[in-house]
Amino acid sequence: MSHKIKDATIPHIPTGARISRWIGRNLIRIYAVVAFTYLFIPVAYTFAFSFNDSGKSNLIWKGFTFDNWKNPCGAPEVCSALANSIKIGFLATLFSTILGTMIAFAIGRYSFKGRSTSNLMIFLPMATPEIVLGASLLSLFLVFKINPGFWPTVIAHVVFCISFVVVTVKARIASLDPRLEQAAMDLYANERETFRRVTLPLVAPGIAGAALLAFSLSFDDFIITNFNSGTLTTFPKFVYTSAARGIPAQANVIGSAMFFLALAIVITGQIVGRKRKVSA
Amino acid sequence: MTKESISAKGDLRLTRLSKSYGDFTAVDDLSLVIPEGSFFALLGPSGCGKTTTLRMIAGLEEPTVGSIHLGTTDITTTKPYQRPINTVFQNYALFPHLTIFENIAFGLRRRGIKDVDAAVSKVLDLVELPHLAARAIVNRPALLLLDEPLGALDLKLRRQMQIELKWIQKEVGLTFVHVTHDQEEAMTMADTIAVMNEGQIEQMGSPADLYDNPKTAFVANFLGQSNLIKGTISGNDGDSHIVDLFGQKISLQKNRSHANDQFIYAGIRPEKFRISRLGTPTSGNILTGGHIEDVSYIGVSTQYQVEMPWGQELMVFEQNDDGVAPFSKGEEVNISWEPIFTFGLRGDEDATAGSEVNPEELDEE
Repeated sequence: MSHKIKDATIPHIPTGARISRWIGRNLIRIYAVVAFTYLFIPVAYTFAFSFNDSGKSNLIWKGFTFDNWKNPCGAPEVCSALANSIKIGFLATLFSTILGTMIAFAIGRYSFKGRSTSNLMIFLPMATPEIVLGASLLSLFLVFKINPGFWPTVIAHVVFCISFVVVTVKARIASLDPRLEQAAMDLYANERETFRRVTLPLVAPGIAGAALLAFSLSFDDFIITNFNSGTLTTFPKFVYTSAARGIPAQANVIGSAMFFLALAIVITGQIVGRKRKVSA
Repeated sequence: MTKESISAKGDLRLTRLSKSYGDFTAVDDLSLVIPEGSFFALLGPSGCGKTTTLRMIAGLEEPTVGSIHLGTTDITTTKPYQRPINTVFQNYALFPHLTIFENIAFGLRRRGIKDVDAAVSKVLDLVELPHLAARAIVNRPALLLLDEPLGALDLKLRRQMQIELKWIQKEVGLTFVHVTHDQEEAMTMADTIAVMNEGQIEQMGSPADLYDNPKTAFVANFLGQSNLIKGTISGNDGDSHIVDLFGQKISLQKNRSHANDQFIYAGIRPEKFRISRLGTPTSGNILTGGHIEDVSYIGVSTQYQVEMPWGQELMVFEQNDDGVAPFSKGEEVNISWEPIFTFGLRGDEDATAGSEVNPEELDEE
């Protein structure tokens, strides 16, 4: 009975029209699936080949194994290169975040002579091709008779990380409601307390984001590092040099691990942020 | 960095206060005394300097010229955190990274007060909507500043909060200075209102004073609505002037006239008018020859537009309480009112001052 009514009330739509209507309704979803597939196939490939029982060269699938994950330092030099990258990344992040945050406050909050010039200059390292920046830094170090190595690399990384920190933190400062600091001052907090209790906690997510950005920029930098690190091997340098004779599967393990670590940090940040919003 | 806060109390005195931003003068030579314990309102349209005045009292702006005294202490150049003054900000400016409790406790903790828990729970008992004013009131300041805190609320809640705030002010006995562009809000809450326009005080007084006897066209139009009729003083009768309005004579008490020569605007509030049909006995001031141009029935009253022989439309609000059949459009009528309700304004004023609706303020409503 009900079936009959259904047939009677819904007019027949030709199949072609129905398909085009379905596409119309789901176009954005289809597009999203295509875009994410495009973005994540390389990541999935890297992850999959971290389980390859590869031996020396990790180009062809030879069989599944956990060995690479059980022994990530198995390939020669891979872990010392990783340790160097982490050390350089940590120091570059620390210095560039501190300096960049201070610059962001100066430019974002105060008016002084040369403010707009500084604002422009801070973008220059971002706009300069890395190959030029790397080469000129090397010649600068050599002029001052500083041999390429660990510290020159850290200094070089701070140079290009600062720009990104300033831009990120400045955006956060710009979105800060000035009335919040006025309210703190109104409620008996002097300049120092206002900064510590209100300004800094509110800008902190921006600073944390800037630090993560700086670390990931430093961690995977190859061009500038290649000029300034001398004989020191960082993780990107290791991957590059071993490409000639076959990249070990351990590189895929470390790459995948970094990816999941970054993912975990982002998800944790989201959850914490959402919880705060709910409790506020 | 000096941190000791001033423990001054007493009347707030603003003396010849000015604040300029480049060529623009936001506050212009303003002098004012706000008595201790009063509920004081600074009322005016946006851009009149009321918020700048408030921010100078709070210490968030430094005056270009002039001084601010709290009791006998000069606080003109002291930092905001040194003043025993707290502000309820527009949209409250709550610290988003702190809980409601920590927001309220913020001022107490900065001053190193021991029993924070007790003070916070006490103020929460007092204040119904905690985020509204608790963070400021908990500090028991000598002066509480309110920067249009009710602007974002809907009408019903706003009325409720007005009564609440008024009650709190009586309860805690603090001096409240309230900035608003909403004349009804100012009249509901404040003991004294200063009407501000272009950086200066137009008139100051109790809500009833300002409404019944405005001194300028701006006050007459900004506080409620007024009918302003151009005329000349043609004679005297004891304590009253005889005023000629387009050939018809009415009387105006001399002490309610703020004109400085014979050219005058006679002002009458719309609800003071009575409309009568031709031939009905009337007393007091009478204007004849009107006819009803428009009728709007709005429940508590009926609003009429009455066109007079000289072309001006007068606004009349009639209570719907006397059983008289409402007048209909086109009817010939006379208008009358008690002479004591007439007020006189200078004849060289702009009769529309203060009556234009600022589109920005409509958005805020």
